[in-house]
Amino acid sequence: MKFGVIVFPGSNCDHDAYHVISKHVGQPVDFIWHRDTNLSSYDAVIIPGGFSYGDYLRAGALARFSPVMTSVKKFARSGRFVLGICNGFQILCEAGLLPGALMRNRDLHFICEHSFVRVETADTPFTNELEGGSVLRLPIAHAEGNYICDEDTFAELKGEDRIIVRYCDKDGDVTDAANPNGSRDNIAGICNRERNVLGLMPHPERACEDLLGSSDGRGIFRSLAATLAAVA
Amino acid sequence: MKAKVYVNLKPGVLDPQGKAIQHSVELLGFNGISDIRQGKYFEIGLDSALDEAAARESVSRMAREVLSNPIIEDFSVEIEA
Repeated sequence: MKFGVIVFPGSNCDHDAYHVISKHVGQPVDFIWHRDTNLSSYDAVIIPGGFSYGDYLRAGALARFSPVMTSVKKFARSGRFVLGICNGFQILCEAGLLPGALMRNRDLHFICEHSFVRVETADTPFTNELEGGSVLRLPIAHAEGNYICDEDTFAELKGEDRIIVRYCDKDGDVTDAANPNGSRDNIAGICNRERNVLGLMPHPERACEDLLGSSDGRGIFRSLAATLAAVA
Repeated sequence: MKAKVYVNLKPGVLDPQGKAIQHSVELLGFNGISDIRQGKYFEIGLDSALDEAAARESVSRMAREVLSNPIIEDFSVEIEA
C-alpha cells in the first residue's frame, strides 16, 4: 500500500502526516505537490492541515482549483481513500467532495487545544479498528471549524451514519459545553456516501506519540492501514 | 467597464463577526442598531469591449463558482459602464 500527502502552498501539517505514515504505519509515502496530477500509484491520499493559499477568500476555497484536486476527485470516485484533516476538511467541503461548509468559530477565536471526540461509528475505513462510542483525545487548531449544513443534508448525514466523530467531554458525553466552535450537532468529522472520503477538524496526525500528549490518533491510521491491507 | 460583486451570508446563517462588530459599536455609543452582517465586496475591472449582458453573465458565474460559497452565501452583481 502506498500513501500520498498533498502539499499546497501554505500546508503546514504535511510533514506530521508523512511522519506518521512512515514511522507508525510503516508504509511508503510521498509528498505530492499541488501541481502534480498523477495519483495512479497511490492507494490513499491525505490532504493535510495548514493555511493553503493563506486562507484567502475562504478557507480551502482556492486550493480546490489546484491541478491536483481534479485528480483527487477522480481518485475518490474510483473508490480509493481520501483523508482530509483540518484545512484538508475545509478543502474537501469547498471542492464538493463532502457536503456542508466550515464557518468562523462561534466565539471568533482561533482555538488551539486538545479536545475530546467520540467515535460515532466504527463502520468506516478510517475507524474500523476503533470501537463505536470510544473517546479520542485529539488536538484542534482552527479558526474556521464551525460545521454548518442545511436540514436535508443533516438528515442525510444522520440517516446514513456518516457523522464519524463528534466533540464530547472526557466521559464521552456530547454536550454544548464540549462543543469548541459551534459546529452543528457537535460534528467534528463526516464521510461521503461511499464512505471512502473522510474529513475531520481534529488532528489525529498530531496525536500519535505519547510524548505529544496523546497517541489516540493512531487508531485512525491503523484503521486505514487495515482497510488497505484487506483490499490488497 | 467595472463589475461590483457583493457576497453576504445567507439569512439565518449565524455571523459571529457581525455580532462582535455590533457589540463593539454599541459600546462606543451607537444606538438603534438591530443587526450587523459582515460581507465581502469585489471590484472587477472588465474589458470595455464586452457588452453588458455578457459581462453580467460572466461575472455572475464567477461569483457563483468562486467568489461565494452557495451553501452559506448569497451574492449580487452590479455592472458599471
